[in-house]
Amino acid sequence: MSRAVFGESVKRIEDPELLRGEARFIDDISIPSMLEAALVRSPHAHAEIRGIDAAAALELPGVHAVLTLDDLRPYLLTEFLVVGLPSPSYKQERNRPVLAGDEVVYVGEPIAMVIAEDRYIAEDAAQLVEVDYDLLPAAADCRDALADGAPTVHKDAKDNLLAEFSMGYGDIDAAFGKAAHIYSEHITQHRGGSHSIECRGAVAVHDPGTDQLTLWVSSQMPHSTLRVLVDMLGRDENQMRVVTPDIGGGFGPKLVVYQEDVAVSVAAIKLGRPVKWIEDRREHFIATTQERDQYWEVEVAVDEDARILGLRGSIVHDHGAYTARGINLPQNSAESLPGPYEVPAFRMNTKLALTNKVPVTPVRGAGHPQAAFTIERLMDRIARELGLDRTEVRRRNLIQAQDMPYTRPLKTRGGVAVVLDSGDYPRSQKDTLERAGWDQFPARQLAAREEGRYIGIGLANFVKGTGRGPFEQVTVRIGTSGRVHVYTGGTAIGQGTKTMLAQIVAEQLGGDMGNVTVTTGDTAATALGIGTSNSRLAVTAGTSAHVAAGKVREKALKIAAHVLDSPVEDLEFDGAEIHVKDRPGRIANVGVKLGELAHAMAGTPGYSLPGGMGPGLEATEHVILDSKAFASGTAVAEVEVDIETGGVVILNYVLAHDCGRIINPMLVDGQAIGGTAHGIGNALYEWMGYDENGQPLTTNLADYLLVTATEMPRIDLLHHCSPSPLNPLGVKGVGECGVVPAPGAIISAVEDALTPFGVHIDRAPISPPEIVALIEQGRERS
Amino acid sequence: MKAAPFEYFVADSIDEVTTGLADSGEEATIIAGGQTLVPLMAMRLARPALLIDVNGIGDLQGIDLLAGGVRIKACTRQSDALKSTIIGERLPLLAKALPYVGHAQTRNRGTVGGSIALGDPAAEIPLVATALDARITLVKKGNSRELSIHGFYQGPMMTSREPDECITEILFPQWQGEGRRGTGFQEVSLRHGDFAIVAAAAQISVGEDGVCARASVALGGVSGTPFRISAAEDALRGTMIDDPALRAVANAVDQAVDPQSDLHASASYRRRVAKVLVERVIREAAREAANHAAGDAP
Amino acid sequence: MSEKRRVSLAVNGTAYEETIETRLTLADFLRHQLGLTGTHLGCEHGVCGACTVLVDGYSVRSCLMLAVQAGGSDITTVEGIAPSKDELHPLQEAFRDNHGLQCGFCTPGMLTTLVEFLRDNPSPTERDVREAISGNLCRCTGYQGIVDAALDAAQRLKGQDRTAGPDGGESP
Repeated sequence: MSRAVFGESVKRIEDPELLRGEARFIDDISIPSMLEAALVRSPHAHAEIRGIDAAAALELPGVHAVLTLDDLRPYLLTEFLVVGLPSPSYKQERNRPVLAGDEVVYVGEPIAMVIAEDRYIAEDAAQLVEVDYDLLPAAADCRDALADGAPTVHKDAKDNLLAEFSMGYGDIDAAFGKAAHIYSEHITQHRGGSHSIECRGAVAVHDPGTDQLTLWVSSQMPHSTLRVLVDMLGRDENQMRVVTPDIGGGFGPKLVVYQEDVAVSVAAIKLGRPVKWIEDRREHFIATTQERDQYWEVEVAVDEDARILGLRGSIVHDHGAYTARGINLPQNSAESLPGPYEVPAFRMNTKLALTNKVPVTPVRGAGHPQAAFTIERLMDRIARELGLDRTEVRRRNLIQAQDMPYTRPLKTRGGVAVVLDSGDYPRSQKDTLERAGWDQFPARQLAAREEGRYIGIGLANFVKGTGRGPFEQVTVRIGTSGRVHVYTGGTAIGQGTKTMLAQIVAEQLGGDMGNVTVTTGDTAATALGIGTSNSRLAVTAGTSAHVAAGKVREKALKIAAHVLDSPVEDLEFDGAEIHVKDRPGRIANVGVKLGELAHAMAGTPGYSLPGGMGPGLEATEHVILDSKAFASGTAVAEVEVDIETGGVVILNYVLAHDCGRIINPMLVDGQAIGGTAHGIGNALYEWMGYDENGQPLTTNLADYLLVTATEMPRIDLLHHCSPSPLNPLGVKGVGECGVVPAPGAIISAVEDALTPFGVHIDRAPISPPEIVALIEQGRERS
Repeated sequence: MKAAPFEYFVADSIDEVTTGLADSGEEATIIAGGQTLVPLMAMRLARPALLIDVNGIGDLQGIDLLAGGVRIKACTRQSDALKSTIIGERLPLLAKALPYVGHAQTRNRGTVGGSIALGDPAAEIPLVATALDARITLVKKGNSRELSIHGFYQGPMMTSREPDECITEILFPQWQGEGRRGTGFQEVSLRHGDFAIVAAAAQISVGEDGVCARASVALGGVSGTPFRISAAEDALRGTMIDDPALRAVANAVDQAVDPQSDLHASASYRRRVAKVLVERVIREAAREAANHAAGDAP
Repeated sequence: MSEKRRVSLAVNGTAYEETIETRLTLADFLRHQLGLTGTHLGCEHGVCGACTVLVDGYSVRSCLMLAVQAGGSDITTVEGIAPSKDELHPLQEAFRDNHGLQCGFCTPGMLTTLVEFLRDNPSPTERDVREAISGNLCRCTGYQGIVDAALDAAQRLKGQDRTAGPDGGESP
């Protein structure tokens, strides 16, 4: 009998190599005669470049080239990376040049690529490249950048408004006109960098004999990298291959195609030698995209029973100096503000401000945590103003299970309707509160206060659109070896993609995980691919894998029926073979190996294929899934605040999440907990600081604080399962979910702990010194 | 992030170190644990022309109980100090502080002398050395001198070590005489193992009557150097370490500190936390003293 | 040009005599000169812990040590933890069973750190484990799977002869 593997916590097929140190990450690739690159980067947020003198660098022994934009131009159809997602809302087109020309617009912008025998020499030489700058005023804060007379980020611009858009539905004026109460909040939110422990990197090899260019790159989206290279280098697809090796974490910014990816490719062609560039951590802080500042002004209108009538406001979003992805991030923020709540009328206006800082693109959560934080802050505000329990206000406003699927009259960036497909939000909140002992908390709080300790509790609900379409390609093939091969355009960045797909495929093809291999992120393996982002692979690639495996199964059974001369209904998969089921009157266990079937279908010259079927034992699917599957859940945090030092300790953290049917519970738990850690960082630790001149302040891992094991509480998980009706597996994504509610729940808890001081928190992250300052302000007020 | 080229010399004896320093002067940098120096070199913020490696010198390693106190040779690893029973028994204040120094992997390389030499105003080992009136032995070619920790630090990362001098050992004097002893060490850092924003250390001795006979109270992170707060100590001596005494201590701390603002904390936050931590370490030390039998170490 | 030194050392039980550029970090030497790419570089300034290796049984950040300083040392990297080609060390098994790794980039440093820690602390509490790995950054797991794996491994190691592992011997 075939073993069931779907839904089981099977061990990951990725692990043995990773545990033995045998995996191959980008910097592990070494090719004979390979050279190494280092970048000369702008130390200024805004300057004109008057000249570049590489003479001293070129004299250094071991240096092969110092490439500037002028050196690359002959190899390029265009010097710009044109990657912005389409939108009618752009006011300016701001594409990154592969290397800076006569202007640099952020600290870290690449100006020249030094190529040498090894990285040590390349860095020696990079220091010898002299760039003559003429400093220009910089726009650092995104609100200031939009003010009249602000310095422009680009010298040829008349202002810094990159894009502006509005969205909404319902009669917002009427909603506010009839409101019993209106509350407004000004909320400051900041998220930092991605900080995968592996930074970026690329290795390019050009074979002049075949004119083949291969680029290994630590990327979430190799197919889009290929398309950008096609556009820029003017080569055709057949002359290029982009491959992702093992990837040491992505978290968003690795979905971007970067200047260095293109420069390394050109360098390999120009020099006729393989070229490797590995981003170091300092570069990661200044050259990899981040998710930084959003300033929200929001107003909520409620009736006498605390039911929301309308929600309106505006966002100013820090876009950075160029468009490295699009308007998607603040679009997500605005679009997801209503969250799991009924909001009859809604209107948001969003402005994207250019700043002289590294471009902003999504980091795990992609604008959703900011929306969740904002709506949850408003919920707490309503509760406080109306003297209601915070849970009660939410309960009254949550969308009910019987209203699913729930259509929100909004469209995604691609024009797809926002439909919350399934879920029981009130149950999620109720179960989480129960698990967290919410009702008993006042007694705990009272007891703590008697000991002079300040504890607080907070909650946040969330929904997170996952599985963004339109598709992900998957090919399932049984080879003549009898092994099952799975190829996908999705990339494995640590989330267990290979195991997840192997489970889905093995479930239909014999149940033997050990008989399945999975190839991800190789443009030579799949013609089409979108890649990894938006918690999308389980939904998109998973569905394609499921359908493709089903077709292969059906075909394999038909061929086996032909070979075994037995009806299909009497056959079953068992590991790497198909045999006759054990039933009375049959000769049991007569079987055929999958490899034999594949051999038969591979064709023999001059012979017909068995059973009159088409050749091969494989299927390729790209199941179209335009609508997002909405995962949901609730987080409750209990914290203790040291009112004298501002230190916050998370005492308990419960996360209920609903990602539909679960393919592998162990992996889902890992994603939920890992995402929560990121969210805790966004609530209390992570801050990518810049000064008023656009100089980054936190450029090492001692100043930029990632959560460590000692700050992390044990996360208590609750699972709910509302299968998505949108895909045959009923699955939803989970990768980003843990991040989304964390800042809302934690800040709510901190505020609750500080109720005696009348503290109101309108920002995330919040640091111990800021907490102490808020307590002092509160004491002065009272 | 790769270091610039440098000359590298492995010294086998203290003489070789001092000769190397005498010959090369400010061009040379001693590398001991390297836990601060190597990252600075990787960022090319430090570019020594010559590294003199002292890790192989046996005479620079070891922890000994002497009549005058505990002597820690400069190149003793922080992890060895943490495991030392001599330090555990005789220098409980240092034993309390050492777990806050970096992480297990950096303590396995980082040295006690290296931390003393660096002079980070918020670092734990210099703070404890200050609280305990440590004495630093500096050796140069043909000469050596012993300096009090007080005055050794001139400012942030600045010491009175001459470029041709090598720290060879640090002597932590032991408190003599009767009385119940207690120690307290606390710091506020953003995460476990991070550099302290403010750190406080206290060691006290209390008579049978509960009256404070001797007190040493020191702070790090609130001034250019770690320092003892003599006014706070004065305010404690002769008291029962009660609330009025602690209020007087807080006033003394307020007067004594001169904090600066930086990326992670404002001056006013540091000032406030300094007062809080001093009170906490004194209470911790007093609790411990109350529980100790008279004559116990330290 | 950086100067070079001739250095003898042992890595995972194999003796090497190598000419090493003095400025080469131990991490770069292991990775690029010996081809032992299991040791990873995540920050090169001594914070992330991914490059942790055991030098004479002690966990050390190999980005903060010059390769020439390792002369005469016995080094264990992640490649040297498993007892054989076909088996995993109990700690590695526990990592797999408890989902102690996702992208796997921090894993080598976690493993080497915990090999030393569990040798010296065979019966740790959860808090002990969290402090032991507080100098190792992981961006994927939220640490829970790693902590569970370490606690699980402590149990497994108690059940076997602890001198059998590469660093199960006497503390140096």
